Amino acid sequence: MGKSTGKKVMKKEDGDDCDGWWWLVHKNIGASFLCIAVFAFLVRVAVSFHPYSGAGNPPKYGDYEAQRHWMEITLNLPAKEWYRNSTTNDLNYWGLDYPPLTAYQSYVHGLFLRIFHPESVSLFTSRGHESYFGKLLMRWTVLSSDILFLFPAVFCFVVVYYTGRGRRSDIAWLIAMILLNPCLILIDHGHFQYNCISLGLTIGAVAAILSDKELVACVLFSLALNHKQMSAYFAPAFFSHLLGKCLRRRNPILEVSKLGLVVVGTFAIVWWPYLHSMDAFLGVLSRLAPFERGLYEDYVANFWCTTSVLIKWKRLFTIKSMKLLSLWATILTCLPSMIQQIWSPSNLGFLYGLLNSSFSFYLFSFQVHEKSILLPLLPATLLALEEPFHFRWLTHYALLSMFPLMCRDKLILPYVALFALFYLLYYAPGGREDTRKMQSPSSLRSFMLSFLVLCSLFLHLVYITLHPPDKYPFLFEAVIMLLCFSQFILLTIYTNAKQWMLLKHSTLMDKDKKLV
Amino acid sequence: MEEKLQRPHKNPGGTLQSMAWYALVAACIKLLLIPSYHSTDFEVHRNWLALTHSLPLSQWYSDETSPWTLDYPPFFAYFERFLSIFANLIDPTIVNLRQGLNYNSNTVIYFQRMTVIVSDLCLFFALYRLTAKLDSGKRNLIWVLVASSPGLFIVDHVHFQYNGFLLGILLLSLSFLEEGRDLMGGFVFAVLLCFKHLFAVAAPVYFVFLLSRFCRGGFLKGFGRVLVMGAVVALVFAAAFGPFVYYGQIQQVIHRMFPFGRGLCHAYWAPNFWVFYIILDKGLAFLLRNLGFNIQAPAASFTGGLVGDSSPFAILPSITPLTTFIMVVLAISPALIKACRNPRPEMITRWVAYAYTCGFIFGWHVHEKASLHFVIPLAIVAMQSLEDAKHYFLLSIVSSYSLFPLLFEAQEYPIKVLLLLLHSIVMWLAFSAHSTKNGVINATAPANKGRDFVIGWIGKIYLLGLLVVEIWGQFLHPYLLGSRFPFVPLMLISVYCAFGIMYSWVWQLKRIIRSS
Repeated sequence: MGKSTGKKVMKKEDGDDCDGWWWLVHKNIGASFLCIAVFAFLVRVAVSFHPYSGAGNPPKYGDYEAQRHWMEITLNLPAKEWYRNSTTNDLNYWGLDYPPLTAYQSYVHGLFLRIFHPESVSLFTSRGHESYFGKLLMRWTVLSSDILFLFPAVFCFVVVYYTGRGRRSDIAWLIAMILLNPCLILIDHGHFQYNCISLGLTIGAVAAILSDKELVACVLFSLALNHKQMSAYFAPAFFSHLLGKCLRRRNPILEVSKLGLVVVGTFAIVWWPYLHSMDAFLGVLSRLAPFERGLYEDYVANFWCTTSVLIKWKRLFTIKSMKLLSLWATILTCLPSMIQQIWSPSNLGFLYGLLNSSFSFYLFSFQVHEKSILLPLLPATLLALEEPFHFRWLTHYALLSMFPLMCRDKLILPYVALFALFYLLYYAPGGREDTRKMQSPSSLRSFMLSFLVLCSLFLHLVYITLHPPDKYPFLFEAVIMLLCFSQFILLTIYTNAKQWMLLKHSTLMDKDKKLV
Repeated sequence: MEEKLQRPHKNPGGTLQSMAWYALVAACIKLLLIPSYHSTDFEVHRNWLALTHSLPLSQWYSDETSPWTLDYPPFFAYFERFLSIFANLIDPTIVNLRQGLNYNSNTVIYFQRMTVIVSDLCLFFALYRLTAKLDSGKRNLIWVLVASSPGLFIVDHVHFQYNGFLLGILLLSLSFLEEGRDLMGGFVFAVLLCFKHLFAVAAPVYFVFLLSRFCRGGFLKGFGRVLVMGAVVALVFAAAFGPFVYYGQIQQVIHRMFPFGRGLCHAYWAPNFWVFYIILDKGLAFLLRNLGFNIQAPAASFTGGLVGDSSPFAILPSITPLTTFIMVVLAISPALIKACRNPRPEMITRWVAYAYTCGFIFGWHVHEKASLHFVIPLAIVAMQSLEDAKHYFLLSIVSSYSLFPLLFEAQEYPIKVLLLLLHSIVMWLAFSAHSTKNGVINATAPANKGRDFVIGWIGKIYLLGLLVVEIWGQFLHPYLLGSRFPFVPLMLISVYCAFGIMYSWVWQLKRIIRSS
């Protein structure tokens, strides 16, 4: 936080600061961003050469087939039929279960595919379609979404939040950290999903909030919610921060209702084809909340899955009471961070709030899968300069928690490459300057940290090479999950505490922030 | 973990650290490129692994199980023999002469790609040595120029060859020469010639340079040193070719290394002088035919690839290998005279690069890949002055672009474009950072005006023209002309790039003649 701006200029002069990527930050942020963005895009394209989820694995294939199927459905059926089970739309075969914006996006991408390769999106006959050209086009839909949504949003965020503060190399480092987030690249361009759109919209909304354009933020975040319902992980933070801000204005009720109207308006536009009758609306809504899929999927490092080693939640409670229980657990755990933001909204506090609320959703909400770690990871990435150690730790274990998934998708090679690339960029020579030198951490702490890192590396090896005992076929998954969960919960406690600590300095800091 | 992050500058280990950093970041991209398209060169090298592993040395150069017979000098064969030990451990099918034919499993792809990535260490070590005496800013820039060089990625890590390794040996030799260690430099160059004889183009420069260096210190002492040098070179060649002489295979080895019957140009014309010669011939023939002369169309065509005995020219005199040889030697001679008069070690890299440029421009059956032989060494020269930087900027882009036709599949298209784009941005940032830094240091005299890194308008138009050529070849030509004149896009690239390479040759020549 306390980085002096003038230091950078002084440094340049003495000509000694020529290590690492000094050439990269020599011009303005735009040039550095361009260079890093091209590199990040290159990495994405290279990752897209690798297999996608469920490649060559009939009859259900994987997420790739789901997305392709949605394009097929949206392209060939009228909008009203998209969410409805019918002879032409078998909802049991990858039925659409994301909000309408995803459906529109599938439609647009479907149009793109139809121009170049009609066979890959033809109704019925394209089920399980796999071809060189089809894969290429599908990969390009994700790549182009990334350029259109995530990259500009990140640029806006960096410009809005970091102009004038911190060294330029620090900012270049931060850009690299956000754009080259290994988890996001692996899931979007390896496994195959479109998280870049909803996350890009979310970053855009964050940037809008940081530059005091609340209405824009509301629109962008509503769009994010309408692209992936998982964006709701961030909703408490947005809600509480905006509420807190409105309450401090002259006319709180007017301000709140303005924002509310914008949100409702955005939703109404997106949901327009389903608003003509209650049935249609509820039909779509029920598709979006797939409670029948259970409390958690696979071995996800959240509270319910981890504690189910000891307590069999699924047997003790019905789905209905489980829903309530998880809802209350989620609300209770994100309450402190919400209260902090309503009480004293600040930009930094907002970013912490995003992190805390998404963490409490990841850890305690219903129906979480391992890919959801992307959501807490996003605010942690945005905070990377404030909390570099926390960020590195979280990314490390987020990657580990996705490792079984990557093995299933045969993405071990890009996993290893991106893991290495992440650490290389993190420790880039001449990148981030550690202004707050660790005051020689106690030997016990550093021992524990290295021990945990070694453990995780060892787990990777064990997972690839050894066969688990027949009695416990998912033993290694469970161990990975336990390790990741223990780290996640520690990090959550830490960031919650950190957010509340902000209050202490708030009087001093807020003045500073408001000027920016 | 955290303590490791020391600021690298003023830290003797730091330079190596940031060198390793660039190499490792590049290695991550190379890892990601493993599943990309590979050319028949991949099978060529696999076959060499198999035949060196399963046949006795006496049959290496006579085996004809596969059409991809061994045609590199013996050290490369030994190198393949060395690699085959590991290949055999990993998957014996790789080194099986018959079962391994066109073997395409993941093991062989991973193994061979990894050997290229690991052997690139040689390049980076040589680069580290070569730049050890420069100041940290320049050193960093040279590293980033080489590490981001698209040619190396395209040819070695997608197309598949070992140029990084071989160029590493060349740079190692140059690093010894620049240090004044002539004997070591000559020795390493002799080793390089026994790896790949195409590098022999620079042999005259080495010969003249070393001879005139040795003759400086008095006749007797010089004579002794010449003798030692001769003995060392003879020893190297004996080690390479001796075993084949012993088995009576030497004729066969020579025959394989210098295959006759190949044409003046490769199927895809390398952008050199002969492109203009062919075009002139075609143009004249066309003109005379329209004027009513009876011009017979040549029996052999250039676009068809291999050329037999008949002359492929309709009007102009036919070119023999001897003609090209004489032209190359004539073109090199200015550098030879300079090297003879004043053998300055700091000029050797420039001269050697110039020799390879001449070989590329006037040589017989030149591959477009050979442009790497002078582009990579010129990266080291590029930091010497602003003019060098401007020249390198243009040359590097043109030569990388001329490699584009190597990767013709849709999947790799974005990779080559992004690599070139990234490299151009990196060069632009690096050179302008470098020039401003020097500008600051060299006080504020008015002479410093125009010292910024700006490409002149001719250069800009030429580079924009590359874009036009690419858009024509990729989009407009197939769209407007369909499959008619399929050779035109490639021809355009050759001709257009030939202008750039010719310019670079003239520029280098001028630079060498003017140097004091």
